[in-house]
Amino acid sequence: MRRDLTNSILAIVVFTLVLGLAYPLLTTGVAQVLWPNKADGSQVERDGKVVGSRLIGQQFRGPRYFHSRPSATDYRANVTLFNNLGPNSRKLSDLFKKTLAAYLRRERPFNPGLRAADVPPDAVQTTASGVDPHISQANARIQARRVAEERGLPPGRVLQLVDDNTDFRALGVLGEPGVNVLELNLAVDRAAP
Amino acid sequence: MTAQGWLQIAIYLAVLTALTPLLGAYMARVYRGERVLLTPVLGPLEGVTYRLLRVNPHVQQDWKAYARTTLVFSALFFVVLYVILRTQGIHPFNPEGFHSGSWDVSFNTASSFISNTNWQYYGGETTLSYFSQMAGLSVQNFVSAAVGMAVLVAVIRGFASHGLAELGNFWQDLTRTLLYILLPLSFVAALVLVSQGVIQTLSGSVAYQTVQGFDQTLALGPAASQIAIKQLGTNGGGFFNVNSAFPFENATAFSNFVELLFILLIPAALTATFGRMVGNRRQGWALYAAMAVMLVATIALAYGAEQNGSPAQKDAEVATASADGTTGGNLEGKEQRFGIANSALWTAATTGASNGSVNSALDSYTGAGGAVPLVNMMTGEVIFGGVGSGLYGMLLFVLLAVFIAGLMVGRTPEYLGKKIEAREVKLTLIGTLYTALAVLATTALAIATKWGAPSIFNSGPQGFSETLYAYTSQGNNNGSAFAGYSGFVQPNAPGNVGAFGITFADLLGGVTMLFARFVPMFAALAVAGSLATKRVAPPGAGTFRTDTPTFVFLLIFVIVIVAALTFFPALLLGPIVQALTDQLF
Repeated sequence: MRRDLTNSILAIVVFTLVLGLAYPLLTTGVAQVLWPNKADGSQVERDGKVVGSRLIGQQFRGPRYFHSRPSATDYRANVTLFNNLGPNSRKLSDLFKKTLAAYLRRERPFNPGLRAADVPPDAVQTTASGVDPHISQANARIQARRVAEERGLPPGRVLQLVDDNTDFRALGVLGEPGVNVLELNLAVDRAAP
Repeated sequence: MTAQGWLQIAIYLAVLTALTPLLGAYMARVYRGERVLLTPVLGPLEGVTYRLLRVNPHVQQDWKAYARTTLVFSALFFVVLYVILRTQGIHPFNPEGFHSGSWDVSFNTASSFISNTNWQYYGGETTLSYFSQMAGLSVQNFVSAAVGMAVLVAVIRGFASHGLAELGNFWQDLTRTLLYILLPLSFVAALVLVSQGVIQTLSGSVAYQTVQGFDQTLALGPAASQIAIKQLGTNGGGFFNVNSAFPFENATAFSNFVELLFILLIPAALTATFGRMVGNRRQGWALYAAMAVMLVATIALAYGAEQNGSPAQKDAEVATASADGTTGGNLEGKEQRFGIANSALWTAATTGASNGSVNSALDSYTGAGGAVPLVNMMTGEVIFGGVGSGLYGMLLFVLLAVFIAGLMVGRTPEYLGKKIEAREVKLTLIGTLYTALAVLATTALAIATKWGAPSIFNSGPQGFSETLYAYTSQGNNNGSAFAGYSGFVQPNAPGNVGAFGITFADLLGGVTMLFARFVPMFAALAVAGSLATKRVAPPGAGTFRTDTPTFVFLLIFVIVIVAALTFFPALLLGPIVQALTDQLF
């Protein structure tokens, strides 16, 4: 028993130093040398100022930009939580109805005859992280018509930008394709300031 | 469901199955003390570790000595972790200046990490300093996993022993697990994750104005090093509150694949280690097969249910069909880059294993989809299960299955040539039924008294499901959650505000996790100690074989029956009600 105590105390000290300090600090050192930008959160700059991270969705408003997926956290990246409303929740259904109606109001003038059934669910349902950087390709194609018209760009050009800023499946098979909203909007800003 | 989705699931299972015998063989060599590729580098380090710990690795321990060392070590480490969390305010690596934790939340968190549960009644990025994450939680991610694996190896030695009572040396098994298996794999995994965009930095948070001038702040930290071991050690506690749904914790579809693989890698490979150590690889594959069949069934159920969409979604006329450019399905609480297939696959895998990390919001799963993680945990975490703990839990079910088969044909039950007698069966029943009974009792207590109410978020059956989920998860050392259920109140503001505990939930959950960890562990060690001294009878014509499809079927049947008899009424009140109705609550 006394032996166990001595061994345990020494083990706690040794393992805490090795696993709790040496390992994470060594990993940090190597990561910072190999992939400094990624290790620091893939920050994106414009005119020398940080305006976001390519991995973190942010809020876009108004007709001139592609809009991110709805967020339950106001796109906060330092206080994260789930929406957590259950599958049979009336509150959740009401939230969906509101968001769907707003989406249709915004996009229908540019997509005549757009029905609820044409709106992909990612445009209406909140994300898990609150800061999903992507929207679906179907969602982006609907919004492309609005952005093209508002910016005076040919629709084909905007659709090309959507394609250029799509993260396709990893190794051609894993995950789902997603359009990176921040990078797409920055590209649109460059094309038609 | 789409062919593309099923293809991804098939690739995942194929890679996992291919790696199982490779890593399994490597671990068997490590535990036998044979030479491996890393021995020239790690051998000397191993020797240094023994000297620093002042242990003699050649001292052999019987099951009681092994259990005592495990308990003393875990208890002391519990105290250290609790103190770290309580004194966080005075530590270095605290750029946000977070306060120390409250006593009840800290108790729950310390219990959670000592028991390899990693239940989160704390918000990582809003309450914990980098020091607490590294020196407190990361260390336990390694150590609690290594303790589970060490105990498993001792249990296997008992099953394989030819009459000797000794099961090995705890310090040797622990050190070898950490040095040869967990550290190298974690280091490589952490770097792969950083290459995908998972963060690894000591800088504080970064505040800026977005493209349209809104304020946004990036919480940063040394995440990748912790996430690697969080996945490998079936821990699951996130660096961020929303766990592997957060892009800084799981950045791309590729990082998702790697993390998913690491959830099941070691628990799966340990079946092959078992086969080698008992001298019959088919015995290992039989256990792997039973686990894999149950896993695939639950993946299919979760995928189908989530693709079908939720009643709330249908009521609001939100599209559910998959079409060109969209996955369709229930995307509430799911990330676009993972879609439906990878979210469902993760959810089945993380609860089959007692990992508990999530890449989507389980509380928003459909009734049937949300039943999948619940049912996976209710089997006692033996569908791969926790590293070490999953397999020794499974071995107890094997003994139960062998016992039932023996009753049916009227022969003395045997496993690996050893007679299973009254003492082993009694201990097996304690090990297999304890967690189930504890889950029911704690859930009932939380539902029937007013103390459980402040933790519940949703109304109607979902509120019951949240409670059932919370105690099923903590009572099986899983750690995933219907996250509406809470043990702390987080003031709705970023940064340095601390959090207030909900004492009842924190204490009941903490105690539940500790007992769920150590009762089955000691039952398994006691069974192994009892089997170790028995003589091995050669197989005869009347021996009931345990490496055949018939036995795999029987084993699955026993596991399902035990879980169903215990939990069906509780499941009816929550997820099944919701799966059967389109009504909103």
